[in-house]
Amino acid sequence: MVQRLDILKETPSQTAGPYVHIGATPNAIDIAGVWQTDLGSVMLTAETTGERIVVKGRVIDGAGRPLTDALVEIWQADAAGLYNSPQEPRGTADRHFVGWGRQAVDRDTGEFCFATIKPGSVPFGDGRLMAPHITVWIVARGINIGLHTRLYFGDEAVANAGDPVLLRIEDRSRIATLVAPKDLSTDPPTYRFDIHLQGPQETVFFDI
Amino acid sequence: MTQEGSYYQRDRAWHPPAFTPQYKTSVLRSPQRPLLSLENTLSELTGPVFGHGRLGPLDNDLITNYAHGGEAIGQRLVVHGRVLDENGRGLPGVLVEFWQANAGGRYRHHKEGYRAALDPNFGGCGRYITDPDGGYHFRTIKPGAYPWPNRVNDWRPAHIHFSVFGHAFAQRLVTQMYFEGDPMIWQCPIVATIPDRRAIEQLIAALDRNNTTPMDSLAYKFDIVLRGRRSTFFENRPEGN
Repeated sequence: MVQRLDILKETPSQTAGPYVHIGATPNAIDIAGVWQTDLGSVMLTAETTGERIVVKGRVIDGAGRPLTDALVEIWQADAAGLYNSPQEPRGTADRHFVGWGRQAVDRDTGEFCFATIKPGSVPFGDGRLMAPHITVWIVARGINIGLHTRLYFGDEAVANAGDPVLLRIEDRSRIATLVAPKDLSTDPPTYRFDIHLQGPQETVFFDI
Repeated sequence: MTQEGSYYQRDRAWHPPAFTPQYKTSVLRSPQRPLLSLENTLSELTGPVFGHGRLGPLDNDLITNYAHGGEAIGQRLVVHGRVLDENGRGLPGVLVEFWQANAGGRYRHHKEGYRAALDPNFGGCGRYITDPDGGYHFRTIKPGAYPWPNRVNDWRPAHIHFSVFGHAFAQRLVTQMYFEGDPMIWQCPIVATIPDRRAIEQLIAALDRNNTTPMDSLAYKFDIVLRGRRSTFFENRPEGN
């Protein structure tokens, strides 16, 4: 026998199920009055610093159908590349930008839509800069444990080419699944980020 | 004081795998390629702070927070516990959100197809931000079991859904709580996505007889464990390594 390490086990995940919106975004599904606004539904105020952008997309299953019951969360740095978090050691982020957003996908089209700002760059562990990116997390019925991925920006080709995380993807053709093309025809510009759960275009998901 | 490093890697054998054909919806929604392993960077080590000021006084009272002239019908319960990390430390300031069916097993949702009656005084959602010791509690009614479209006649055991937001995005977790002694736990295809029986038992809240409220509520205790963080005893490198 040896001494015990006394480490607990993480609580196992279970699917968020088809009714995750009751808990996360009740106002979006007509459960009004429990609380006034759903957390994460608005990311910007007039005082937020940074280039306004819109991120739109869908979560698509192995048969090519968009999920209409998914919940998508995003987490990102501010325009200067600082996270609004006590774990951020490098400085104080824009106090007008939390950097976290949460949306129920549209119950008919499956589309999610975040009005946010373009984040600055954040360093990798070894000090190299990562390309600007947004962390994306998806739960839904049929997803047994939340899926982590990242959105990179289509107009950051140089930064993306040197990104230490993207460089780790052996199958280079899969990098495109993480890069959202920029659509300048809208104001503010829209980055389109469709997430494919399976199939030839399966998005790269991370074990973080 | 030691610095803290990355989070302990997730034990993927303790969690359900993505592809679990007995739970049919997972078949077309499960990634088939291996996940790309990524050591924690600042993007995963950080997370938003939810201030207590964001919450209302009834946010953790599902018996009254959707009241339309009465109280929710059902077996009155207090559910309480602590949010801990794998090192056994209580985690303060954690956003815990919960949602559930009503006493008949019916959800207030446009996709719900079960014939049990809606309760006009029950919305089914609540939330809490953990106390300095990681504690949380809420008042609700016991949810009913309900049928769901999977195999021809599958039923879910009574359960409460939980979403837990720790101090870092790496700790993000969604799970479900079950009730001690419920035989339906062991015939549920969603529960059975978890391969290890001990892991399933970690999701079963104990009847907490000592904390029942006389002439008012039963109590169940449900602790939640989020990932723990490594101590970087001899390292002097920037966080994110």
